[in-house]
Amino acid sequence: MAVAEPMVVVDDLHIVYKVYGAGGDRGTAATVLLRLLGRKTRGSIREVHAIRGMSFVAYRGDAVGIIGRNGSGKSTLLRAIAGLLPPEQGNVYTTGDASLLGVNAALLDDLTGERNVVLGCLAMGMSKQETREKYQGIVDFSGVGDFIDLPMKTYSSGMGSRLRFAIAASKNQDILLIDEALATGDAEFRVKSHARIQALREEAGTVFLVAHNLEEVELTCNRVIWMERGQIVKQGDDVIGIIDEYIAAAGGAPVPRDRESGARVKAESLEAAKR
Amino acid sequence: MSDPKTPVRGRASSGLRAHGTGRVVAPGQLQSGDIAILAPEAAGVPLREFAVEHGLRPSAQRPTALEYTRGLWGRRHFILAFATARNIAMYTEAKLGQLWQVLTPLLNAGVYFLVFGLLLHINRGVPNYLAFLVTGVFVFNFTQRAFISTSNVITDSLPLIRALQFPRASLPLAYVMIELQQMVLSMVVLVAIVLATGEPITWYWLLAIPALLLQTLFNVGFGLLAARIGSQVNDFSQLLPFLMRTWLYVSGVIFSISTLDIKTHRWAITILELNPAALYITLVRNALLQSQRLSAPGSKPYNPALCHAWKTLGHKVGAPVKYQYDSAYCHYYVNPNHYWYFAAGWAVLALVAGFFFFWRAETRYGRG
Repeated sequence: MAVAEPMVVVDDLHIVYKVYGAGGDRGTAATVLLRLLGRKTRGSIREVHAIRGMSFVAYRGDAVGIIGRNGSGKSTLLRAIAGLLPPEQGNVYTTGDASLLGVNAALLDDLTGERNVVLGCLAMGMSKQETREKYQGIVDFSGVGDFIDLPMKTYSSGMGSRLRFAIAASKNQDILLIDEALATGDAEFRVKSHARIQALREEAGTVFLVAHNLEEVELTCNRVIWMERGQIVKQGDDVIGIIDEYIAAAGGAPVPRDRESGARVKAESLEAAKR
Repeated sequence: MSDPKTPVRGRASSGLRAHGTGRVVAPGQLQSGDIAILAPEAAGVPLREFAVEHGLRPSAQRPTALEYTRGLWGRRHFILAFATARNIAMYTEAKLGQLWQVLTPLLNAGVYFLVFGLLLHINRGVPNYLAFLVTGVFVFNFTQRAFISTSNVITDSLPLIRALQFPRASLPLAYVMIELQQMVLSMVVLVAIVLATGEPITWYWLLAIPALLLQTLFNVGFGLLAARIGSQVNDFSQLLPFLMRTWLYVSGVIFSISTLDIKTHRWAITILELNPAALYITLVRNALLQSQRLSAPGSKPYNPALCHAWKTLGHKVGAPVKYQYDSAYCHYYVNPNHYWYFAAGWAVLALVAGFFFFWRAETRYGRG
């Protein structure tokens, strides 16, 4: 391996959401009339400072886990990396295409799984030929089976997210951003997706994973960023150490670990040891 | 909590740790035998320059117009597949399925014929009024449907936009393709109606093809405009039906613009005639309907006596058919080719304006 190649550079990033009519008086006829008459400026604009100055560099082959409480800005960060949110200050630099895989990112709900696979592949810029070649692999990977002929709105949330993951992971993305997308999968799918993420890392890309399931992060990631209120609390490649600290900060009991390998000790084996 | 101003060292700092010597590795410099890990902050290189140096680009940066066009061309299969899929999905819930593609314009034309043709006798000396009306309704419908559907395209496709990176203009383009498919079907119905009303098949019919192509280009441009406005102004969809109805009434779908009070409102008539919807309607009518070609302005030399005959006899309810064609004598010299120039002009103007207007907001779609 030669020089580590940076894939994502986040430079003093600030993201601000503007929420209009935060006062909740936007829709009434009277306020609209007053506004149109120029007597009153547009309802109160509240700014939500979601990301407050983050900087880090992610390299080719990294799998970066992002942990933190709800509302700490994890999803916002992913969307900024994907280029879907313009920075208020600072910038995000990426190389190649970034593809965001979120838990709510249904593709086209009223279309069949089959059409979603084809459309997803074509939208990602694959040729017709490539799409045809990858089709069976995607369907097999997703494990939705016969449901592939049915509209996606008939899928369970687990099936939907499996298919979406399969589509997004079918292309060797330069940057794959996964936002809780694996949360709904069953055990078998988790194993498969874990393997796929590893393969993607090796093949080229950088993976960002937002997950509340810390075990998922531990298994998948070689680096972790702990966020709190839009800022980095701690980051580095001591994944286990940071996760333990995070759990401690949240007031949770420390994860029982094997002293040498640092791997989690399964609850059942603990019970067994006690006996 | 980390200071937002100092870049936090992640991999970079661990890289230093790995070297163990505290040596700073400058970017691009390889340590023999080591896995060189760049430490841009430690080397005193600002992250921005570090990123640019490695060929990284701001993620929210808009591609140039040329790159964008190329990207769109690269997504042509996606556009077609998306259009087909949407077209099928649109009618899966309805029992009659895609038959509605034909039924909707037919029902529309039926309502207008009932109200304006039979009840109000608004034909005002237009020969073969049924074919005249149905052609107008079908052609106008193409632009109307394209405009209304593209104004919702961004909202409709939010999940797709948020999940995948692709040139967003693919979506309004696909929606116009859907309407084009619909229009082709409508044309089959239209031809049947036109033949049933006794119009002859002529070579002029081929002119309908370039006319509809120009209209499609216009619709694409106009659809791009509508897509951006619709994505940014939520009130637009409330206003749109009203706008479209007004447009329908001033575009000579129901009545013939050229037979309005010709002497006193010349300028108003010119404006109405040159509005794009009216132009495309006129071109298709002149192509398909001999009755329109024969009574079109410019098809016959100005003749005050025959014009007077049309005004007094042909204009009335239940006038003899032979006088209805005489409205053509009421015009001074008109070059019918002008319609083509203006139709092409509108198409190019809409396409260029729409493209740039849509492209300029490329990074802002799907946000919020």
